[in-house]
Amino acid sequence: MSRTNAARPEAPREISIMGKGGRMPGLRAFLLCLHAMVVKEFLQLLRDRVTLALIVMIPLMELVLFGYAINMNPRHLPLAVLSADNSPAGRAFVQALANTRYFDIRRLVRSEEEAETLIRSGKAQFILQIPPGFTRDVYRGLRPKLLLLADATDPVATGSAVSAVSQLAIRTLGHELAGPGRHLLAGEPPFQVVVHQRYNPAQETAINVVPGIVGIILTMTLLIFTAMAVTREVERGTMEYLLATPLTPVEIMLGKIAPYIIVGFVQMVIVLTAGHVLFGVPVVGSLALLVALTMLFIVTNLALGYTISTLARTQLQAMQMAFFIMLPSILMSGFVFPFAGMPGWARFLGEFLPLTHYLRIIRGILLKGASWADVRAEALALAVIMLTVMIVAVHRFRRTLD
Amino acid sequence: MNDIPAEGAACPAPCAKPVLDVRRLRKSFGARKAVRGVDIAVCPGEIFGFLGPNGSGKTTTMRMLCGLLTPDGGEGHALGHDIIRESRHIRLHVGYMTQHFSLYADLTVRENLLFAARVHGLPRPARKVEQTIHELGLGAYADELAGHLSGGWKQRLALAASTLHDPHLLLLDEPTSGVDPAARRRFWDDIHALARRGMTVLVSTHYMDEAERCHRLAWFYEGRILACGGVDDIITGSGLVALEAAGEPETLTVLQRTVQAALPAAQCTWMGEKLHISVPKELRDRAECLCREYGAECATTRPRMEDVFIHLVRIQDHAAEKAEAAS
Ligand SMILES: Nc1ncnc2c1ncn2[C@@H]1O[C@H](COP(=O)(O)OP(=O)(O)O)[C@@H](O)[C@H]1O
Ligand SMILES: [Mg+2]
Repeated sequence: MSRTNAARPEAPREISIMGKGGRMPGLRAFLLCLHAMVVKEFLQLLRDRVTLALIVMIPLMELVLFGYAINMNPRHLPLAVLSADNSPAGRAFVQALANTRYFDIRRLVRSEEEAETLIRSGKAQFILQIPPGFTRDVYRGLRPKLLLLADATDPVATGSAVSAVSQLAIRTLGHELAGPGRHLLAGEPPFQVVVHQRYNPAQETAINVVPGIVGIILTMTLLIFTAMAVTREVERGTMEYLLATPLTPVEIMLGKIAPYIIVGFVQMVIVLTAGHVLFGVPVVGSLALLVALTMLFIVTNLALGYTISTLARTQLQAMQMAFFIMLPSILMSGFVFPFAGMPGWARFLGEFLPLTHYLRIIRGILLKGASWADVRAEALALAVIMLTVMIVAVHRFRRTLD
Repeated sequence: MNDIPAEGAACPAPCAKPVLDVRRLRKSFGARKAVRGVDIAVCPGEIFGFLGPNGSGKTTTMRMLCGLLTPDGGEGHALGHDIIRESRHIRLHVGYMTQHFSLYADLTVRENLLFAARVHGLPRPARKVEQTIHELGLGAYADELAGHLSGGWKQRLALAASTLHDPHLLLLDEPTSGVDPAARRRFWDDIHALARRGMTVLVSTHYMDEAERCHRLAWFYEGRILACGGVDDIITGSGLVALEAAGEPETLTVLQRTVQAALPAAQCTWMGEKLHISVPKELRDRAECLCREYGAECATTRPRMEDVFIHLVRIQDHAAEKAEAAS
């Protein structure tokens, strides 16, 4: 005993003071801690070359892939002709259609039933219906109607073909109408093309897709980046250190989310700029409103990803859970299938996905010039989702290693 | 002394106001009982060692002390706060250096220290960090990624990060494992310097020789404390005495065999050319008799820590067997 006692110095500190001091109370401490956390996360992000590359590459790659899918004019779409009038003008028009190479003239059919069967089975994607007495009516200047029935289940595929047909109406019959009917060439086209879109009356067209890509890219990348945030610390063994610091779960969450807000912002700028420059996506509404609500969407996704990472035990599990959210986001948000066309249960589930609301916001603002009042409900839904998952994350964050 | 109570050896603090005072701490992971009733009291400015083999519950105990694990049972205070209900307050004044390097390998030395300084809300963190880097002689490595440092420097960095905020209680979990002897010595000098400044230090190790460097220590075995106190106290308290027998190797070999056969409680170890024999003190005369009988020269010596440990483990295992047989 004596040896140890002699070696030990007198206690220089009183225990009673030990409870005080240390962490400053309130906002200042919170901000200091948050600052520490944000700087750390930022530096780690900057050191992570692979992630940095992905941040830029993913949006560009997806945009190019999807973008070409949009711009790719599908050619050789199967078309059947239902002609009640085997006249020169009708034949000339069919020939002109074939020449556009948008269409493969597969068949001439005789009856409406036959035509109906073809389009329903998918053997023909278009039916061109030439009414009786077509040539005659053209010469009489009656501007007869040609009916083009389009299977628009895939609006991207049929959209450009449909617009090509409308253009044709103006030019095709130029040659036929030389001579006696020359006067008909002036003024309006000699006949009208009426397009009936089947199966997808809303006629979602290509322009709809680029805004959707912004949402998809933000969902995919941000979800994956933050889904790893906590599990990475656990797997690298640094969580033990982090937990032993005075950081609170809220500070850790916000600190981990913050750097990726900028990442999300950069990605949004890349995709929107490229979408505008390369694919001519218009910006009808307020860009400022769009940016503000996109930030909300970004934070919502980050919070969701972070929540996943508090639930998952390993990085692999986190990835799987992220995919578990990404898949329905792609399928049920209205990105791939028109939202209105989905069954009730799918629409119900879709309402819980941030992407669903964001698609309405970004399509509304970019394409239709929606104002704050128009998208307020969607913004509110996003905010509710964000706060809910944040509360879950803070609640679920394990303060101990148990 | 020969009867270790089921809950382990008591470990009273030799001071009125211990910094840390916990009783009957328990923790299980599933069916595995990692800590089964640990009592520890530590005085201010003391260097208190957790000595014990791997898996004996040292890390688990430390984690419970700083609130990283919730004890299944037990109670106590650290730094004037309840360890279970007020672990958040305790954390503010505790420095914890984990067994495995847990700073950020992808941040530089300076960035790691800055992070530590900021999360603890130190005023002028940058200046404090530069000062620390200077004090530790880390200047040349300040902009190296922490992951690229050698083992010894990593340990120094980790120690710096966990002491930057001048904690009242410092927990060091096997800080010297895998570190070369020179770095180990320097590390212990650092620990002593910190303790002289008034920091209370808990340090775990599985090196017996490091026990000598602690003021007091608790000897962990299978989640219990086998013995507690200063090295001398533990050796004296064990009731062991040791003899050193010198002579012809053949003689000593025969002696070794005879002693082990006649006195199951004795331990014989070769120390160079001599035979080191430790026995409970009531058997001392018989051991000396045997020595003389075989013509070996016999001198009294100090029992070694290993002798004490093995002796205590035997008693413990024997008690556990008896308890099992009884139930
Ligand atoms: N998180 C954990 N989950 C399951 N078992 C654990 C965990 N941590 C420690 N153990 C077990 O508890 C026992 C004590 O471990 P530990 O406290 O790390 O011992 P030491 O630090 O003395 O080597 C070991 O058997 C170990 O396997
Ligand atoms: Mg350990």
